[in-house]
Amino acid sequence: MTTVRTPAGQPSQESSRTQVHLAAYLPGGGDTTAGAGFASFERLARTAERGLFDFLLLAGEVPPAGHGGHAPEPVTVLNALVAGTEWIGLAATVDTASHEPYELARRLATLDHLSAGRAAWNVPASADPPARAAEFVDVSRELWDSWTPDGIVRPFAHRGRHFDIAGEFTVPRSPQGHPVVIRPCDESPEGGEFAASTAEVILTRYGTPEAGRAHHAAVKGRLAGYGRDHADLKIMAEVTVVLGDTAAEARERATALGAPDGRPSFVGTPESVAAEMEDSVRTGAADGFVLVPHPAPGGLDAFVDRVVPLLQERGAFRTHYTGRTLRSHLGLPEPVWKG
Amino acid sequence: MTPPNGRGLLHLAAAVDRTAAHDDVAVHVELTRLAESGGFDFVTLGDSFARPGFDALAVLARVAPATTRIGLVPTVTTTHTEPFQVQAAVATLDWVSRGRAGWCIDVSTTEGEARLFGRRHAAPVDALWHEAGQVAEVAARLWDSADRAGPHPGHHPVRVVDATDRHARATAARYADVALVQGTNPAQVGAVRAELQASALAHGRDPDELRVLAALTVDLGDGERAAEPGHGGGGPRQTAQGPLYRGGPVDLAELIAAWHETGAADGFHLTPVEPRRDLERLVNGTAALLQHRGLLRTFYPGSTLREHLGLGRPAHRYAVTGGTS
Repeated sequence: MTTVRTPAGQPSQESSRTQVHLAAYLPGGGDTTAGAGFASFERLARTAERGLFDFLLLAGEVPPAGHGGHAPEPVTVLNALVAGTEWIGLAATVDTASHEPYELARRLATLDHLSAGRAAWNVPASADPPARAAEFVDVSRELWDSWTPDGIVRPFAHRGRHFDIAGEFTVPRSPQGHPVVIRPCDESPEGGEFAASTAEVILTRYGTPEAGRAHHAAVKGRLAGYGRDHADLKIMAEVTVVLGDTAAEARERATALGAPDGRPSFVGTPESVAAEMEDSVRTGAADGFVLVPHPAPGGLDAFVDRVVPLLQERGAFRTHYTGRTLRSHLGLPEPVWKG
Repeated sequence: MTPPNGRGLLHLAAAVDRTAAHDDVAVHVELTRLAESGGFDFVTLGDSFARPGFDALAVLARVAPATTRIGLVPTVTTTHTEPFQVQAAVATLDWVSRGRAGWCIDVSTTEGEARLFGRRHAAPVDALWHEAGQVAEVAARLWDSADRAGPHPGHHPVRVVDATDRHARATAARYADVALVQGTNPAQVGAVRAELQASALAHGRDPDELRVLAALTVDLGDGERAAEPGHGGGGPRQTAQGPLYRGGPVDLAELIAAWHETGAADGFHLTPVEPRRDLERLVNGTAALLQHRGLLRTFYPGSTLREHLGLGRPAHRYAVTGGTS
């Protein structure tokens, strides 16, 4: 196939065709206490980067109920993963409910600096009322915008319903301007408004192609009302993949694995999974996929070694990273500076 | 190994703060590796919500995989952050560094910082330090109560408190594993150490589980043996930024050995005025000489910061059987 080199964010003839975005969850709280050390995260990060994934997504800090362990704090883990990676985006799940905007915006801006523009913030559904979470994100962006692109700091003052803060933000404008903001799909009216006005990536459950297309169209249809373009928001479906050398073998494996969280989304040979994924994106059911870890043999390595090359052969996935920042991987615009 | 003077090996720590307006994490990596090559126990990185620059704990998390043995101690302000979040970040630094984390517990006293969080007024300093102690307590309970992520379940990151300020001393005596004490002579540092030890004993602690490091700012820019009058052999001079030693790395080694001999401190926390220049001289001059005299380790026999400091695991205050508190 031909390799198309394009500047970051500039779709070429080739890349204006179907382009699948890929991300992978790092296992959250449950897997990090006994045995699995930080080295397992480092291995997963290198595997995902070898597979040219857009980003890694680290789940939140609250361990599952009844679990004795304490899950690692995502932003700190991702700062450490900066050391062993060069390109892949690093998305931290941080609940607004137990944080303050100044402190969290400072830590996320630091991650964006240390990673040279690879940071993202997954704002989960939480105990926080959606309006407070939305104002939290707005304030964070005001703080990130308090430095001009030329590196001049200006005092900020925000007086809203939930936050009343003022002063000077001490971290210079970060490489991406703002870390990428990710939200889980939320069908409530407030959730829909948050997604349409604020989110840059939305995480959805993988369903039927028809349901995906309807949801995709509905969410993107609301963007114009906020002065946003279709390209300003990516919808990525959370999926599990079970591979086999034959369709029958894959089905057997899927059955043997049981169902950790429902039926696996893609079950088949690498060829059929790559074809289905491309088809799903080409027909507008999603812009890409977030692979959810599950105990399938080979795990992420098998996907990277067997499915990614087939997506590349189809011209549906990058053959190298074309930009340095997560925004460029996702084809998201630079945020407009609002001084 | 016991050094010739009959006291324990001395402990050395260095600040890797930058004076430059903007951070460059590559320099933090370089400085920390340099300190590691000199057998230092740990590096510190200062922080506050008002100081320009990156979050210190984040920077040291980035440094962690680039180093293997040296302890990593960021300043963590307890005043404006949820205690659960504070302990989660510190425990995670310990996890990614495989047991090498500490935290220099600090408070935020200014109205300006309070305004960043929407608080109307800053609380009195004593109250803030009391609250900082409570955060340390909450963290210790959580770390005792469950097998958290980390190389050793129940392992506690090392608590460091700058006990120079009188308001910080009760918290230091009760919770610190390492207390930093500024002084221009051994008697000054020794007096604070005695006070801290007495107070620790009153709180039911073994005073030998508290390491006291004399804190000095050092300027090694004047050449090999060019101590100014009143410096070097004569000891550091008091300045607005605290005690400042100015002279050569060999004289500094003499001073460190002499102070250590008196038993006033278990070691030193050194803040170089020009990090790149002075830390290199500290490692290749001062530390090398102290190693030659058998006062400083030449390699790390242990892998955790607690082991470097010769500190045991804190006693569990709870009988932990099922991971519940």
